[in-house]
Amino acid sequence: MKRIKKEKRVKRISVIFCIIVYLYLFIPIAVIVANSFNATTSKPYLSWKGFTLDWYTKLWENTELLGSFGNTLIIAVVSTLLATVIGTLGAVGMYRYKFKGKGIINALLYIPVVIPEIVLGIALLTTFARGGVPRGMLTLIMAHVSFCVPFVIFNVRARLSGYDSSIEEASMDLGANRVVTFFEITIPMLTPGIAGGALLAFTLSIDDVIISYFVNGQTKTFPLKVMESIKSGVSPDVNALSALILIATILLVVFTQSGIFSGKHKEKSTRR
Amino acid sequence: MTKEKSKHNFRSDVLPKLVTVGPVTVLLLCLVLIPLILVGVMSFCRTDEYYNVVYKFTFTNYAKLVSPDYLKIYMQSLVIALLTTVMCVLVGYPFAYIIARTRSRKKKLLYMLVIIPFWTNSLIRIYGWRTFLGNTGWFNKLIMAIGISKEPIEFLYKTGTTVFGMVYCLIPFMILPLYTAIEKLDDSLLEASSDLGAKPVKTFFEVIVPLTASGIFSGSIMVFIPCLGYFFVSNILGGGNTDMIGNLIERQFKSANNWPLGAALSIILIVVTLLLVKLYQKLGGDMDDLGV
Repeated sequence: MKRIKKEKRVKRISVIFCIIVYLYLFIPIAVIVANSFNATTSKPYLSWKGFTLDWYTKLWENTELLGSFGNTLIIAVVSTLLATVIGTLGAVGMYRYKFKGKGIINALLYIPVVIPEIVLGIALLTTFARGGVPRGMLTLIMAHVSFCVPFVIFNVRARLSGYDSSIEEASMDLGANRVVTFFEITIPMLTPGIAGGALLAFTLSIDDVIISYFVNGQTKTFPLKVMESIKSGVSPDVNALSALILIATILLVVFTQSGIFSGKHKEKSTRR
Repeated sequence: MTKEKSKHNFRSDVLPKLVTVGPVTVLLLCLVLIPLILVGVMSFCRTDEYYNVVYKFTFTNYAKLVSPDYLKIYMQSLVIALLTTVMCVLVGYPFAYIIARTRSRKKKLLYMLVIIPFWTNSLIRIYGWRTFLGNTGWFNKLIMAIGISKEPIEFLYKTGTTVFGMVYCLIPFMILPLYTAIEKLDDSLLEASSDLGAKPVKTFFEVIVPLTASGIFSGSIMVFIPCLGYFFVSNILGGGNTDMIGNLIERQFKSANNWPLGAALSIILIVVTLLLVKLYQKLGGDMDDLGV
């Protein structure tokens, strides 16, 4: 009897504890959403002046803000594609072949993962400045590819470890050449790992602040636009856009959860 | 004949390696290794009167690193990063344990709810905390409405608030590896422990914690190291009172325009990272567990 009572108490405490943690995680989100409905028009947009939906329409007139979000999307899509191709090829090559300097390449892969982002940011800035590369869209994409590739490789590599290479051999024995085998056999078998890696690369790119902050030149991404506006107060249309992005993201999660990356989803999300 | 053979060798041996491993090698050399070497070189350089980097050897940047003002900020960084890591373990462990061991059918949802907030830009979420905790924020309104205090309580610009924000940014890096480690636990071991008479508390500390120690280690590395560089959290919540080494570096590159000094400061971060990763490997940590 006593034991059941005790278990009940433990359970109640753990439920309360979890609720507090979830509140901690979601309070800022609630603030963002609430402020997107705030009718205030004067900086720093902190006092509540009543409910309005205006910001969701005004948002579409703020070309600077939309432009920065457009940049973010372009950079995320291009660097995800590049990182996915380079990373997938690299993971397959490193898994299959022996070559000089493999250990060094492998060690270098961990650097962008463990080193503080600010160090990579200033290192890239220094390199671009020294090499005379004008900072902007191009340098942003290069920087994003550099920190996304390791994550793609780790995801694909996880998939490769349970990989049966006899199917590839069979394909070659049946007369398919190396290239055909790669696209028809290897890639399809690795798809869950590649998709997981690409999704991770995309989310890392879209949310990146620190590295972008150093290599952007005059180009503004959405996070950098937020950073700029923080000094004078974040206007409610930025909140409105954030809320819309969040909704889109949740829809994406629901969508992917219902079986696009079926079965392998957990592996992917634990890496995020 | 030999030419024919070497051509064959190239197509079957060299070409596939070049195509697969070539791009990633070039990328890592040009965008990781060379930049880091350049930072090392630049840390020994000086600037001219127009703030341009002059590649002439000097130790002055390293001499400046030991100034008392900077030493104070290193201490502050260490305190904030350590407190952040400890708080992430203390909150993250029981939380990960509860959601990983729940028998609820909503387990997957509970897990996703941890990730979803982190799909919103982290700056604006930290700004959300500033709004919430500010003198005119909801939290102070609540406190005054309940009657805990008549005056708004000043939460911002304190070390504790910066730690609070750092934990907020970094706790998923603790929760997610712990969740994976705890979920992998073999139930029969726990049953064996309790069958042999161990109380739940004893089972927890003597069976569960040691078995999931690798998750605590990798999570701590993934929290402690980035924390040193998250300058925007201390900018927004600390307002200059809780500067960390990341803020010093940011200032040298963005406003003070002394890149060589910023590079020397970054070398500290690089050394700290290397030492911690070495320690982690010594303790038996797996590098692959560090991949977010």
